[in-house]
Amino acid sequence: METQAVVPVPAELAAVKEGEAGDLDRLGGRFRAAAAADGLLDIAYRVMDSPVGPLLLAGTERGLLRVAFDREGHDSVLESLAATISPRILLAPARLDAAARELGEYFALRRQAFDLPLDFRLATGFRREVLAHLPEIGYGHTASYAAVAALTSSPRAVRAVGTACARNPLPLVVPCHRVIRSDGSWGAYLGGADAKALLLDLEAGAA
Amino acid sequence: MAGHGAAVLRVCRALVGVQEADDVWQETFLAALRVYPSSGNVRNWEAWLVAIARNKAMDHHRAAGRLPIPVADGAPETSGSPAAPGGDAVAHGSVERSVEAGQDAALVWAALSTLPLKQREAVVYHHLAGLAYAEVAGLLGNSEAAARRAAADGMKALRALLVQDREDCS
Repeated sequence: METQAVVPVPAELAAVKEGEAGDLDRLGGRFRAAAAADGLLDIAYRVMDSPVGPLLLAGTERGLLRVAFDREGHDSVLESLAATISPRILLAPARLDAAARELGEYFALRRQAFDLPLDFRLATGFRREVLAHLPEIGYGHTASYAAVAALTSSPRAVRAVGTACARNPLPLVVPCHRVIRSDGSWGAYLGGADAKALLLDLEAGAA
Repeated sequence: MAGHGAAVLRVCRALVGVQEADDVWQETFLAALRVYPSSGNVRNWEAWLVAIARNKAMDHHRAAGRLPIPVADGAPETSGSPAAPGGDAVAHGSVERSVEAGQDAALVWAALSTLPLKQREAVVYHHLAGLAYAEVAGLLGNSEAAARRAAADGMKALRALLVQDREDCS
């Protein structure tokens, strides 16, 4: 989960490092496959570059579990997943291939809706209900927090809608960036106000 | 855990030989992953992984029915310790024959395999896996001073062997 630890090796033994990086790549690939086959890999993650900075993608057997912006602190997000879901977390890009591909297409203006299995277990109760309604706001459109609240079972819970968006475990894929203030200003965003502006501009330009 | 792959690989290679090390490495990390959720109070992950690797190496030798290879200098072996490398075990004096010229890594592993087990373990755990002597002592069941001495003796013997090998090769 951390980067390769550097062990200083005495010069006369330095030859043991010959070919080691390649051997570890090979062993790592074999190991991830074996761990997944044994049901030992609960959460796979990868990091992808995007116009809104590096994105952490984490997924379970059920689907995409978490998308995190750089400013959320990828390490602390992984630590939190380890504490709340399972400590069996591995850098295993293959499981996130589909998610990374669809996000790449979204940023390249070739995709307007996501077609990915999602694991919503990080959002429960009303927060989950709010997230379920967000995809109803179409690509290139926006809705106010009050308008989203009106779609839910608690139409007056405007602040709670704000909280649900602020804690959305699957930003971008579940479009909380399309929820803005009633006065038309964009409001806060998990990925930062600049990221929200970039996404809304991107969708407005492509739609 | 991913950051400790190299250290664990070196330990596996030193204890079971380069040929067999891949399997023992994988068994070590699978075992670690299996018990990981219940290992909340581990203070040093690397020492923890090295201890698992050492056990897996022992299991490996046991499964292969190999006995520990007597060491050349007659130092007493601790019963239950992992045996010398099997597949590519090399007796004293034949290091150069087992190694093709230019394969420096193989040269080092071969030289290491000729050391008494305690020295070999001390050298690998401290110098190649980066564990502190206190942790090495914990694995070897001796004192920190004894672990330090074993590593120093091991390095001294290794230097002599490697100088010899390089002269033979040139």
